[in-house]
Amino acid sequence: MSEYLLLLVSAVFVNNIILARYLGNCPFLGVSNRLDTAVGMSMAVVFVITLASAATWIVQTYVLTPFDLEYLQTIAFILIIATLVQLVEMFLQKSIPTLYRALGIFLPLITTNCAVLGVAVLAIQNEYGFVKTIFFAFVSSVGYGLALILLTGIRERLNVAPIPVHLKGTSIGLITVGLLALAFLGFAGMVH
Amino acid sequence: MSVAREFTKGLWDEIPPFRLVLGLCPTLAVTTAAQNGMGMGLATTFVLLGSNVLISLLRNVIPKKVRIAAYIVVIASFVVIVELSMQAYFYPLYKVLGIFIPLIVVNCIILGRAEAFASKNKLLPSIADGLGIGLGFTLSLTFLGAVRELIGAGTLFGRYVMWESFEPLSIMVKAPGAFVCLGLILCLMNWIGAMQKRRQG
Repeated sequence: MSEYLLLLVSAVFVNNIILARYLGNCPFLGVSNRLDTAVGMSMAVVFVITLASAATWIVQTYVLTPFDLEYLQTIAFILIIATLVQLVEMFLQKSIPTLYRALGIFLPLITTNCAVLGVAVLAIQNEYGFVKTIFFAFVSSVGYGLALILLTGIRERLNVAPIPVHLKGTSIGLITVGLLALAFLGFAGMVH
Repeated sequence: MSVAREFTKGLWDEIPPFRLVLGLCPTLAVTTAAQNGMGMGLATTFVLLGSNVLISLLRNVIPKKVRIAAYIVVIASFVVIVELSMQAYFYPLYKVLGIFIPLIVVNCIILGRAEAFASKNKLLPSIADGLGIGLGFTLSLTFLGAVRELIGAGTLFGRYVMWESFEPLSIMVKAPGAFVCLGLILCLMNWIGAMQKRRQG
């Protein structure tokens, strides 16, 4: 149990996938302008990362490793993720239309969110078991959501703040992320 | 537009990631030193050039509906080539870049160029575009890496260049330094862009 608790603290705070591992930055800066879109994106990311890590773990363990095909990992994983996103989109559209409307436009974007492939590859590299992989993927993506919602809160305030004209937009966004990362750096040392 | 123009636009007008703000993850993650930034830039250039050539040649064969999936397969194949050759010939660099080598697949610059340029243009302009954007990316990453390495460790390409009593600001080689440094460079680019515009009237 304590092992999972450590993993939770480590993935959400110490090794946050955006603020310490630099994964998934493009959509992070793209959708962090309004709170409702940020919440929608966070939910979509949690959903897809958890599912994708489970699927890639199964393929890695039962197909790639037994047949000595590890060098195909990158191609196999990206295809799985692209297919999965497409399937999830079709499934949601048919069966849970309300959720589809909430996540809709974010789903196609997620294929090229490097956090998805990144977490899947990290879970394999760390040699986690199946349950631990799912847990790791879930808490990592929750960390992504946390950072995204925090940043959106700050950026909504920044919209009405007087900012030097050349710093506006992505520039001040990145500096804000930097300060957020600095705050999160304070968690380092809690877990090794 | 001439082929030379396609090449040079990647070096300044549309230089990624400073003007074309894409591909931020590798930009931030690997630029702890100039050398690492350069290695990442060259690996990306190779993939970008390869995928541009192949996609440009196949542009009339790939059906429109499945084009994104087809592009991803093409890009992933080149990434595997890079991954395996780096593992064989540049093992220390391969270790440093780590997870960001497979992640070249999802670098939005490459998919962006495939979709916006190579799928609509002939072979020669696509080669020029791939080389130009790739070299621009390499230059940017090397520059960002050099700045961070200089302030964060006092070295440049691994050689110590600062004065003796210089106190390295180690935050620059950590995550916050990466974000703030890139943010300030983007601000500088905005400023230069505004000055150029004003000069042209």
